[in-house]
Amino acid sequence: MRQPPGTLARYTTAARINHWVTAACLILLALSGMALFHPSLFFLTALFGGGADTRAIHPWFGSVLLVSFALLFVRFVRHNLWERDDTRWMVAIRSVLANDEEHAPEVGRYNAGQKLVFWGMTVLILVLFASGLVIWDTYFFGATTIAQKRIAQLAHSLAAVAIIGVWIVHVYAALWVRGTVPAMTRGVVSAGWSWRHHRKWLRESAQRR
Amino acid sequence: MADFQSLDIRRRSASTEVPPNIREATQIAKLIDVSRCIGCKACQAACMEWNDLREEEVGSFNGSYDNPADLSPATWTLMRFTEWEDPQGNLEWLIRKDGCMHCGDPGCLKACPSPGAIVQYQNGIVDFISENCIGCGYCIKGCPFNIPRLSQADQKVYKCTLCSDRVAVGQEPACAKACPTGAIAFGTKHDMTEWAGERIEDLKSRGFDQAGLYDPPGVGGTHVMYVLHHADKPSIYAGLPNDPHISRLVQAWKGVMKPIAMAGLAFTAVVGFVHWMVAGPNEVHPEDEAKGRDVLDRQDT
Ligand code: SF4
Repeated sequence: MRQPPGTLARYTTAARINHWVTAACLILLALSGMALFHPSLFFLTALFGGGADTRAIHPWFGSVLLVSFALLFVRFVRHNLWERDDTRWMVAIRSVLANDEEHAPEVGRYNAGQKLVFWGMTVLILVLFASGLVIWDTYFFGATTIAQKRIAQLAHSLAAVAIIGVWIVHVYAALWVRGTVPAMTRGVVSAGWSWRHHRKWLRESAQRR
Repeated sequence: MADFQSLDIRRRSASTEVPPNIREATQIAKLIDVSRCIGCKACQAACMEWNDLREEEVGSFNGSYDNPADLSPATWTLMRFTEWEDPQGNLEWLIRKDGCMHCGDPGCLKACPSPGAIVQYQNGIVDFISENCIGCGYCIKGCPFNIPRLSQADQKVYKCTLCSDRVAVGQEPACAKACPTGAIAFGTKHDMTEWAGERIEDLKSRGFDQAGLYDPPGVGGTHVMYVLHHADKPSIYAGLPNDPHISRLVQAWKGVMKPIAMAGLAFTAVVGFVHWMVAGPNEVHPEDEAKGRDVLDRQDT
């Protein structure tokens, strides 16, 4: 890929599209799901054409998300395997949060926080999809008992709240760590960003050039 | 007949406003005396007639008098037949008219996410306002009696209205009107409880010493009550719950979880904001840029 000097390619066009499809689904799911979770947020159903349409479309957003996230998973899983340094990085999280990464181990393509977001999303999406199917009454009402649906309903809402929390962390981290957003919009990051946050990855990428 | 016309609302699903409640309305109740029911299904037919409901398909015989086999969007009340052997080995044919119990504390209403899709009137009737129903089926999970049914025709949920339309104009429910044996009585909850007392006394004098009234406190009492000859074991009447209450899972989901979840998410966002105020953005410094380019250039040469 051609790119400005002093920058590194971080995400391919396909990966970025994949990411934003997933992101759009997750946001639409959160809005439509919250609308049905808390009465004070029911007004959000207006975004989707009213309550019945919100109820009808929510699981379809979820189905697209599952496929889209599965592709992301396949793309990124090998970079997200937990390593010994990740544990040491987590121990040094305080200095990282204080914008001082020199006291934490050097980071490869992803740091431990990013890996936790990755695995958190993976597990929660699986829980959400499985429990979502159980309460997708339009098509699958007869497949499970009401007792099972009650469990699924609670699990679904707990997992949804958890994933929105993970999402807040994900978005905040991207905004807080300057220079991160272009990785997902234009696909490139600066050499300085890579040196500061993903030094091992920078060296490896440089070698591969 | 007393004035039951009040259609003031006591509770409204998914709504935070307090409904008007300076007036005390008379509490109504329907009393189903199981011991007087002959299983003729006149009530069932009257219900279909009044509410203009027809089953789409003719069902198939399943070895019992239950017809159709289950409640449905078009069957709001159903006679359930049980052949029960008492401890002495005598056969008893138990017939229970199943349908919405109109709970004092309705699980369906608690679970419903759509404002005003389920209301409880001041007189105790729990009614589905179908145009507000979004078809999510939450009420089905909230109901301790397994009553509401989701229609495949319009993705809305239906159940007995206790003929709220008839009651509002001083009529008794269609089923009560049609019953030829007087097994279904309708009036104030107070009167019905008293009448049940007389019936129970009579049953006891005839050897049913466990006769009693089914008005389960676990759901705040009900506005449809049964006189049972074996009130010590309601479950023998085609699975009538012995001690119904709203499932703990539903209570957690619709109770503590809502504020805790909202507060938790708000807290997470606030923590982010505070971190931004304290630590500030994590900027790439010129030194980083120099060192980074260094690494890149070393490889390029
Ligand atoms: S199906 Fe209708 S009545 Fe039942 S909980 Fe959902 S919106 Fe409320």
